[in-house]
Amino acid sequence: MSSTIMQRIALIFRSKANTALDAAEDPRETLDYSYVKQQEMLQKVRRGLADVATSRKRLELQMQQLEQASTKLEGQAQQALGAGREDLAREALTRRAGLEQQMSDLRAQHANLQAEEDKLTTASQRLQAKVEAFRTRKESIKATYTAAEAQNKINEAFSGISEEMGDVGMAIERAEDKTAQMQARAGAVDELIASGALNDPLSGGKDDITRELEQVSSGNEIEMELARMKGQLTGGSGAPAQIEGQSAQKEGQA
Amino acid sequence: MIIRILSEGQFDVPDSEVDKLNELDSALESAIDSGDDDAFRDALGQLLGRVRETGQPVALDALIPSNLVLPDPAATLAEVRDLLNDDGLIPG
Repeated sequence: MSSTIMQRIALIFRSKANTALDAAEDPRETLDYSYVKQQEMLQKVRRGLADVATSRKRLELQMQQLEQASTKLEGQAQQALGAGREDLAREALTRRAGLEQQMSDLRAQHANLQAEEDKLTTASQRLQAKVEAFRTRKESIKATYTAAEAQNKINEAFSGISEEMGDVGMAIERAEDKTAQMQARAGAVDELIASGALNDPLSGGKDDITRELEQVSSGNEIEMELARMKGQLTGGSGAPAQIEGQSAQKEGQA
Repeated sequence: MIIRILSEGQFDVPDSEVDKLNELDSALESAIDSGDDDAFRDALGQLLGRVRETGQPVALDALIPSNLVLPDPAATLAEVRDLLNDDGLIPG
């Protein structure tokens, strides 16, 4: 009968372990060397975990920024409608829809990274427990060592940990790939945030919709000012008072 | 027998399960051979599900090589192919 998929994968892991074992002249050296490698792998998985967490936090910050920008665009749309600028309101809502799309992408990526982080966390705990068990086993094998007697114990301990190392190593590489992909996309989102399509709260810069809305309202103020002056020139007292009254009312509301 | 699910850990599964697992494994193999993604996901899901259902998780500090090893639940068809070809996927 031909091998099953699960036998074939097991065989690949086993042959890796055997190659390493065969290469050593004294099996005890394998134990020490492997222990050094295990420590390195533990460091690597912890660094990998920290990288994934950093990327996840960056994503969370971006999601927050997009959320704020989206809320702001909604407010602008309302403001623009109030000023009778439906075109501007439409523009703001269109941009907001674009942001919503971005945010749903980011949410999916966030879930993805969170899953990788969880996997690496348990992988790291598992490896930590196995490395500790290996260290104890290694010392006891070395203390009672006679070549023939210990060989089997060494093989088993080594194969067991080697399989775990291969598994964790693959998990780290996958997590690194995902983090790298994510960072490339996060860079694009940062550019979008910096481009003025969104208002960067740190730069204090104003986006074009805000500028237009300000022009609309300063245009209104100019019209009102002109009306007031015209009223003074014609010497009438009714019209200016009415406008001033409106203006005071407006300030009171603001 | 000891079965490892990559990225998930090892399970101690009763030997009586071997026929059922082989059956599910051959469905997985045909899906991989035909390159059918949906069939692959389905077959992998069933195989992993059976192992989790019938197996007991092995103690974290156990140092036992596995009799059988199964792909990561999130692995793609292409990744499993590479793994089977021993395409340098396993570091070290």
